[in-house]
Amino acid sequence: MSALLDVRNLRTEFRTGAGLVRAVDGVSYTVDPGETVAIVGESGSGKSVSALSVLRLIADPPGRITGGQIVFDGRDLLSLSAAEMRQIRGRDIGMVFQEPMTSLNPVLTIGRQITEVLEAHQDADRAAAERRALELLELVGIADAPRRLRQYPHQLSGGMRQRVMIAVALACNPKLIIADEPTTALDVTIQAQILELMKSLTLKLNVALIVITHNLGVVARYAHRVNVMYAGRIVESGPADAIYHDPRHPYTIALLKSVPRLDQPRRARLDPVEGQPPDLTRLDGGCAFRPRCRFAVEQCAQSIPPLAASGEAGHLAACFRSAELGAAAQTTVQAAE
Amino acid sequence: MTAGADSPLLEVRNLAMHFPVTEGVVLSRKIGDVKAVDGVDFTIGRGETLGLVGESGCGKTTTGRCILRLEKPTAGQILFDGQDISHMGRKDLVGLRRRMQVIFQDPYSSLNPRMKVGDIVGEPIKVHGVEPDARKRDLRVRELLSVCGLDAKFADRYPHEMSGGQRQRVGIARALALDPEFIVCDEAVSALDVSIQAQIVNLLEDLRERFNLTYLFIAHDLSVVRHLCQRVAVMYLGRIVEMAAVDELFDNPLHPYTQALLAAVPIPDPRVEATRDFRPAPGEVPSPINPPSGCVFHPRCPMAVENCMRARPVLRELRPGHWVACSEAN
Repeated sequence: MSALLDVRNLRTEFRTGAGLVRAVDGVSYTVDPGETVAIVGESGSGKSVSALSVLRLIADPPGRITGGQIVFDGRDLLSLSAAEMRQIRGRDIGMVFQEPMTSLNPVLTIGRQITEVLEAHQDADRAAAERRALELLELVGIADAPRRLRQYPHQLSGGMRQRVMIAVALACNPKLIIADEPTTALDVTIQAQILELMKSLTLKLNVALIVITHNLGVVARYAHRVNVMYAGRIVESGPADAIYHDPRHPYTIALLKSVPRLDQPRRARLDPVEGQPPDLTRLDGGCAFRPRCRFAVEQCAQSIPPLAASGEAGHLAACFRSAELGAAAQTTVQAAE
Repeated sequence: MTAGADSPLLEVRNLAMHFPVTEGVVLSRKIGDVKAVDGVDFTIGRGETLGLVGESGCGKTTTGRCILRLEKPTAGQILFDGQDISHMGRKDLVGLRRRMQVIFQDPYSSLNPRMKVGDIVGEPIKVHGVEPDARKRDLRVRELLSVCGLDAKFADRYPHEMSGGQRQRVGIARALALDPEFIVCDEAVSALDVSIQAQIVNLLEDLRERFNLTYLFIAHDLSVVRHLCQRVAVMYLGRIVEMAAVDELFDNPLHPYTQALLAAVPIPDPRVEATRDFRPAPGEVPSPINPPSGCVFHPRCPMAVENCMRARPVLRELRPGHWVACSEAN
């Protein structure tokens, strides 16, 4: 099976007052049809920029995609004209953003925001588009859909607005949806509803999903594969089970250890990742995680470790010592048993 | 007047905070009330950390603001060290503020961007006239920064030169400046990155021990609350629906809302998630202007019976120290 999306060595830079920031610095990953892939990272790790780059939604200036290829369904998106790209966005690739408050147009009715997409991409006439809009609202679980179609975003709750965003994203039967922190602004019970909805719809309609998040629990529940980003690079990539049970990068290991878990006994003390997040304007030629890493050796200062196979098939880690880490993790497990 | 050492430091009795909803600009008239807090009772012992959890709009922040007397409550009593502060005047509040402080959520907006970090931390000391001597004050500021894990050199920097985690440490140093007994932590770690959150949680724990602090820890992240608090109160639509010691509440939640809340938290482990049967609570939090009759949770509750629509359930102690406001729980 060939990949639906193949991102190769993507580079996106921003020119800022403080200097050049390589927000995305040589990122490669694939998404298969119908698959859910998570991009995990903290603020400034480049997770959102890497996904917005796929849609070519980087404001220029200050940003610019400076290298790489983004092959979607056999076409390199970076070689398309602006008009061709517009045809892809919203039709073949849907988008769901974090803030449903600001990503819907406040002066258009809910119905109009959906029919607009259908008219732009599918040449649907008004009546057909309205029928489809109604169908979509029912699909995303909005009760009383005919009335909601005539309402404005401010008349809806946050959870309902996010459902509308999902309806817009699904309107043209896309092959891929990119969801950037889709539930971060929502309360936990509403977050659960929206995530379950996205899971069941992507399964039912066989849509691939890239979900960008900082929430390790959300990833565990929904993703087939996971890419962990740090300072503009993917530091670890692999099947979700391998990432959580056999992490091979010190950052992933530290991150998983630092979060308290409801299903485990309470710990006397949390085990934080020490130090501060990296300043992207001051990266050197070594591993960016080195200053916070418990396993750092001299080699880590000299060159950036490449993303290389480690552990089971499809599991990659960008660490010189990843083989040892895997083995070390296994001995700890054995010791614990 | 102070109470004895074994009495609670804070006692909240039947606290209510209603905000008027008005219509019209020139001839504005009241058309209703937002019952942000609607009859809340709890106590916090000396040295204890009480967690106050719930979703947005449940009234947890307003409860904290009433206790700090940043709001004047509509009804009820707030006893701080035995003294009712709910109707205290401005002058008396000045003394009170030395004893209770607050740490806010957003380290970006809660620090004045035009002030140096040293001045931010030193301001309460100056305002309250604790240390009029500028040089001694400066020493104290540096000491506070180092207590909070920041190098003294940060005193001469501006907030924008620091990361989110470092800024939150400044906010904590400022809260400690007057040697308070009680600190309201309002979503104090919610805006921080995962890797930084644990650092700040550990710091809050260290400070609690070192300075014998009492915390009201307001948060929506249940796993952090479970880690940091000794007792937890769950709020929904202005009321406390369940309150118990932390392990009791998390191991044996009795209110359907608490159960729904706990079930909705995804566990960071795909194997655990694969085995969990998961059905999120339906519906959304109703408007506090027009809350449902009877039990406010009944429209979303899987256990609701007819009586839930009529009678408002009171908090009952179903197990020792475990209070539940649900007529069907047992």
